Amino acid sequence: MRTPLRPLARILQARQEGLNPDMIEKENLKLRHDVQREKARGRAQYRLVILCASFVMVFGAIGARMGLMAATEPVEPRTSAPGAEIIAQRADITDRNGRILATNMLTYALYAQPKLMVDPKGSARKLGEIFPELDAAALERRFTDGRSFVWVRKVLSPEQMQQVYDIGDPGLLFGPREMRLYPNGTLAAHVLGGASFGAEGVQSAEVIGTAGIEKALDARLRDPAQGNKPVTLSIDLTLQSTVEEVLAAGVGMLNARGAAAILMNARTGEVLALASLPTFDPNDRSSARTDKTAEPGDSPLFNRAVQGVYELGSTFKIFTVAQAMELGLVTPETMVDANAPLKWGRFKINEFDNKNYGPLLSVSDVIAKSSNVATANIALMIGGLRQQAFLKSLGFFDKTPVELVEASGSRPIIPQKWSDIVTITVGYGQGFASSPMNLATGYATVANGGVLIKPTLLKREGPTTGVRVMSEKTARDSVKMLRRVVTEGTASLGDVPGYEVAGKTGTAEKPKKTGGYYKDRNINTFGAVFPASNPQYVLVVMMDEAVDTTLSEARRTAGWTAVPVAAEIIRRVAPLMGLRPTLEPPATDALTAASN
Amino acid sequence: MRPVLYVLSFLAVIALGFWAYRENYATQAALKEVEGLQRQIVDLREALSVQRAEWAYLNRPDRLRDLTTANFDRLGLLPMEPSQFGAAAQVAYPKAKLPEISNSTDIQGTLAAPEEGL
Repeated sequence: MRTPLRPLARILQARQEGLNPDMIEKENLKLRHDVQREKARGRAQYRLVILCASFVMVFGAIGARMGLMAATEPVEPRTSAPGAEIIAQRADITDRNGRILATNMLTYALYAQPKLMVDPKGSARKLGEIFPELDAAALERRFTDGRSFVWVRKVLSPEQMQQVYDIGDPGLLFGPREMRLYPNGTLAAHVLGGASFGAEGVQSAEVIGTAGIEKALDARLRDPAQGNKPVTLSIDLTLQSTVEEVLAAGVGMLNARGAAAILMNARTGEVLALASLPTFDPNDRSSARTDKTAEPGDSPLFNRAVQGVYELGSTFKIFTVAQAMELGLVTPETMVDANAPLKWGRFKINEFDNKNYGPLLSVSDVIAKSSNVATANIALMIGGLRQQAFLKSLGFFDKTPVELVEASGSRPIIPQKWSDIVTITVGYGQGFASSPMNLATGYATVANGGVLIKPTLLKREGPTTGVRVMSEKTARDSVKMLRRVVTEGTASLGDVPGYEVAGKTGTAEKPKKTGGYYKDRNINTFGAVFPASNPQYVLVVMMDEAVDTTLSEARRTAGWTAVPVAAEIIRRVAPLMGLRPTLEPPATDALTAASN
Repeated sequence: MRPVLYVLSFLAVIALGFWAYRENYATQAALKEVEGLQRQIVDLREALSVQRAEWAYLNRPDRLRDLTTANFDRLGLLPMEPSQFGAAAQVAYPKAKLPEISNSTDIQGTLAAPEEGL
């Protein structure tokens, strides 16, 4: 109820008493203001309390949630659906048809916690009995010297694991391991390389590639997002096994120190088989290591096809001749000076066995007879600069571009100064070393019509493109010449009926460490292209110190060693690739040829 | 009217509580089942990879070669050779069956030397 500011009763009374009635009004106004102020204060106080309470509640909620999150154990979301990548593992490696070359297997590692052990001495002795390669005394020392953790073995077989269980010591514990397994043993060992454990924990260990494609593609193989997608190689298991079988037989029969073979698709650059002997088992790479004093090139781990750089000898002649034809300097019928020996400064260029094919030889016969002198003359016609540029365009100055970690260390050995004598010797493949893989790439370029392709160990989808290095006509003529080497030249043992093998032999003496060349140690190479009428495949066979002793005199030339091995490889491998033997045109007999 | 509403809402709360309780346990059971299934999937995957490795191991070319050599009597398998390719024309077709002879007639005669000019 509103009190009046000037209540009539009090005003009248004040007037009677002679007081100022305005005072009454003022007093009442003051009282009214007091009441109003009191009310506003109360309301503001109430608002402040609400505000504080809400702040406390919100911060309290956030704090409580944070505390809860910090205090609880992290848990995997249980409801989310798992994908295929339940076990993040190293991807498999398969051949081009999906057959497994490398996969993973679950096994266990053995470790010990000596503090938990009941009988460290007895356990050490029993472990020594189970694993003969472990030193029981050393193990006992490590179990008893106060450390709390000891690795005993990296992988166990199930039988060994059971035996360790049977010891019954609570301090012997197992940690799960994914182990890399190569089910085919030594097959394609140099391609696959090997793997070992990297950082090791109790629950798991990382598997890292140590050589070959395992190391070169380590990042891809370890990528968890692609763990369930295998890496498909261009290698064909069947072809690889056949090539290795024949090559091994050849090495055995010819007493070679080693050998290498590369089978390549000339169109796509896919390597279908790559073998290097002697070989090793990638499952047990460490046992293949030889002593340090031996030459690294003799180790089974050494990949002769990719890592090894050799003077590949006369197989190079076809490049010299092809370039001369490309430049228009010669045609296959041009007659070239082949009068041996050729004197150049203080050097004397001889033919094999000191023969003389001169005075003149057609270019086609230069290749068929493998004349050093005539090739030297052709090389001089080309000149050093152009020769270098051509070999560079064929990839001979670069390391092999295949997906192997060893390839990066295989830089060809190129002469420092390219003088005329270098031009001459490189013309027939001396004084210039490159890997068999580089040679195979060069031959593939000749075979596929003059396009340089990049060799690869991964399966390729679709057509490949490359840089054109020589005209199609030059390449076709070169293949024709190579075919003549087999039909009537130095590689007559290389003829496989139906497959029109074309190729070039190369016999190079091995260089001595002290300088000069060994007379009785050769690197024999055969670079082959087949079938000649429509070249599809390239095969390079290289044999180290092979010697044919079936006849009274020991033969060390490629024609007697690498060529028959290559022929047998082609005979076995071509049907496996579905290559139909062609009906070759019957040789024109001498009478009709004469009557024409 | 009001007491009826109170009782009804109280009953509704009890019913909802019971429903939530059951849902909770059903969810936990489902989660447990999923966990079990996942473990089973992992185990099966492991077994699968082991079997794949074993299959590859048993089919390695060395072993197959040795087996074909050992069982040559029964299988007679040899490496594939170029001569094994053939033309389609070389494939022998099954002989067409002759229709049965019916209404046969006998013909008799003598063979004479062909006349000249024929």
